[in-house]
Amino acid sequence: MYRYDNYDQQIVNERVAQYRDQVRRRLSGELAEDEFRPLRLQNGLYMQIHAYMLRIAVPYGLVSSRQMRMFAHIARNYDRGYGHFTTRQNIQFNWLKLEDTPAILADLASVEMHGIQTSGNCIRNISSDEFAGVAADEIVDPRPYAEILRQWSTFHPEFAYLPRKFKIAISGATTDRAAILVHDIGLSVLKNARGEIGFRVLVGGGLGRTPIIGSEIYDFLPWQHMMTYIEAIMRVYNQYGRRDNIYKARIKILVKALGAAEFKRQVDAEWADIKDGSSTLTVEELQRVEKYFTPPVYEIFSGDDPAVAVHKAENKAFANWLQRNVKPHKVPGYAAVVLSLKKTAIAPGDASDLQMDAAADLADRFSFGELRITHMQNLVLADVRQADLFTLWKIAAAQGMATPNVGLLSDIICCPGGDFCTLANARSIPLARAISERFESLDFQHDIGEIEINMSGCMNSCGHNHVGHIGVLGVDKQDGGEWYQISLGGDQGNQSAIGKVIGPSFTFQQVPQVIDRLLQVYVRERIEDEKFIDTVRRIGLVPFKEYVYATPVVPDARLDDEAYGLLKDQNSVAASYAVPYFTPRF
Amino acid sequence: MMIIKNKTVVADDWVVLRLAGNETPEAVTVPAGKIIVPLKVWQTQRELLQTRAESGVWLNSDERPEVLQGEVAKFSVIAVNFPRFADGRGYSIAYNLRARLEYRGELRAIGDVLRDQLFYMQRVGFDAFAIRADQNIHDALKGLTDFSETYQTSWDQKNPLFRRVPRTGAELK
Repeated sequence: MYRYDNYDQQIVNERVAQYRDQVRRRLSGELAEDEFRPLRLQNGLYMQIHAYMLRIAVPYGLVSSRQMRMFAHIARNYDRGYGHFTTRQNIQFNWLKLEDTPAILADLASVEMHGIQTSGNCIRNISSDEFAGVAADEIVDPRPYAEILRQWSTFHPEFAYLPRKFKIAISGATTDRAAILVHDIGLSVLKNARGEIGFRVLVGGGLGRTPIIGSEIYDFLPWQHMMTYIEAIMRVYNQYGRRDNIYKARIKILVKALGAAEFKRQVDAEWADIKDGSSTLTVEELQRVEKYFTPPVYEIFSGDDPAVAVHKAENKAFANWLQRNVKPHKVPGYAAVVLSLKKTAIAPGDASDLQMDAAADLADRFSFGELRITHMQNLVLADVRQADLFTLWKIAAAQGMATPNVGLLSDIICCPGGDFCTLANARSIPLARAISERFESLDFQHDIGEIEINMSGCMNSCGHNHVGHIGVLGVDKQDGGEWYQISLGGDQGNQSAIGKVIGPSFTFQQVPQVIDRLLQVYVRERIEDEKFIDTVRRIGLVPFKEYVYATPVVPDARLDDEAYGLLKDQNSVAASYAVPYFTPRF
Repeated sequence: MMIIKNKTVVADDWVVLRLAGNETPEAVTVPAGKIIVPLKVWQTQRELLQTRAESGVWLNSDERPEVLQGEVAKFSVIAVNFPRFADGRGYSIAYNLRARLEYRGELRAIGDVLRDQLFYMQRVGFDAFAIRADQNIHDALKGLTDFSETYQTSWDQKNPLFRRVPRTGAELK
């Protein structure tokens, strides 16, 4: 993986010094909260309901075991013993003190990490395919390009105060695992007929209040022009993106208002001035960065490891895990392993300090010391010898990271929701828990097969509800109660689609029953081993809608506040900050 | 008043003219002396104003620098107003004034100009900063030197880091 040279390290160290001084000025009162807010946000520090939350950038989701151990260290020493992996392949800590944050960022800098641009109206951390470099369907490894863009976007002086946040995703495989169709800019690395490398450039996709699939504005942008072309996009957006209404400020609204053709014309006009300029990427620089992503030294195997089949035949739990959590690898005798962070009753994406240390140990022992964080909020060990799978499985199971549910019903994508986030209309973590408890039977989950339930506590859609096969969205109602809108038919990847709302919203206590009814329709209608989403595509929304609303959904009284209340074990925590604040928003 | 210019705190005698609610660009009387006038005042009173020894004009964040195409050399000062520090259009306006319109005179940031924005502002082409009145200008000066190295090009840096310095490759780590 990429390693900092002296320049990278110096820039991050100077950032820590700058931030340390900003916190000093905030604590002494020299900086008012409204002036400090954008400064802390550009270092990933939010003010949530209970405490400060720090989001740490994990560039394109790739971490070393050393970095993972630093997360464990932060969880133990500054937080409450856990962290939360996010849908943008980052990690968040939820219970920090402002006065500790400079030390945390200094600790992170010592392992080549930071929180730069993980928040605020700037270019955010760039996300990519969690199986980059090992996927059998990969055309070009996207990571060198992601790293070059990381450096280009870090502290870009002109694009630090954009109309709104800006997210770039990059994929280099035939199957899109980076959700490039729903990003502000989505890049797909391709080869043309002559074997040259370039990008398909998509712009203006996004979720949130106005979900839109991105539009292609360039079918094959030669790789040399990556930075100048993106600079042109950014300059058009910075000048013409709306700033009068926060809900209409993302680039997707500008692209929609102008039309993709006119937007492209403006970008091309802007680009004409800087194309072939000094920001044009050189072969030397590309090769320098590519060297950090050369494949590890694999052992030579002729094919699949025979012992795996033996264990599989003897051990049903291992067989289930193999089926769900182990993914193919382009090198014979190797596999990619997904460590599930979706154990029932644990918030999706949460990991304890002990789990993080254990995951780091597994990486060192079995996967060349590297891990990836997935946008499904799990961890990946990308380069595991098949011969090690059985041993690895036993260790991971002992740490609660081997639930065989990857891609199944309980592999729910979920935002922090009303338990933590000031923006949320409703809770999402306890609802994810209620759903995974209701359908806890793994036999049932394996029977239902692949399905994605994505859940967000508000319109901002951090839980990607629009692209869930079943989407659950906390909506704002006048009565102040918690209501959830259910959508159906969304999808991510190559067939990205925005789900459609099935009808009036439901209460917390009704949602698991609604999911149950949707599944009943699927079981009734499916043909052979058809997946849930394929059945939805084939028969449409109507049969689901009719069945869900045919009879009243009786609220499940067991889902009461006593069992699923707001932060039950932390109810003594009151919002407290070391400094006076405005309203804790963002 | 005091401004930051060419990385030092200096006294400055330019006055920024802002129209009151009842004034119009056509009718407002521009006082004698070194006045930085709103773009619309320049556009409507150009004939009169360009007879002065020195001219200054300011653009708001929603105004386009291209309208000054061909006449930027007439100004001793062009200022760009930041109505709120979070309004980042001024950065692209400055870049365009320098890179596209080839303006070489003083480019001044006015309005909500704070210490922690200065590093970025100087990179896109600003060389003068009228720090918001309630701020300590000597303290703000430190904002120009927060970082000693940058990755990407802008007005201040014509070559990206990868073209300027030899960088360590993977095999050397």
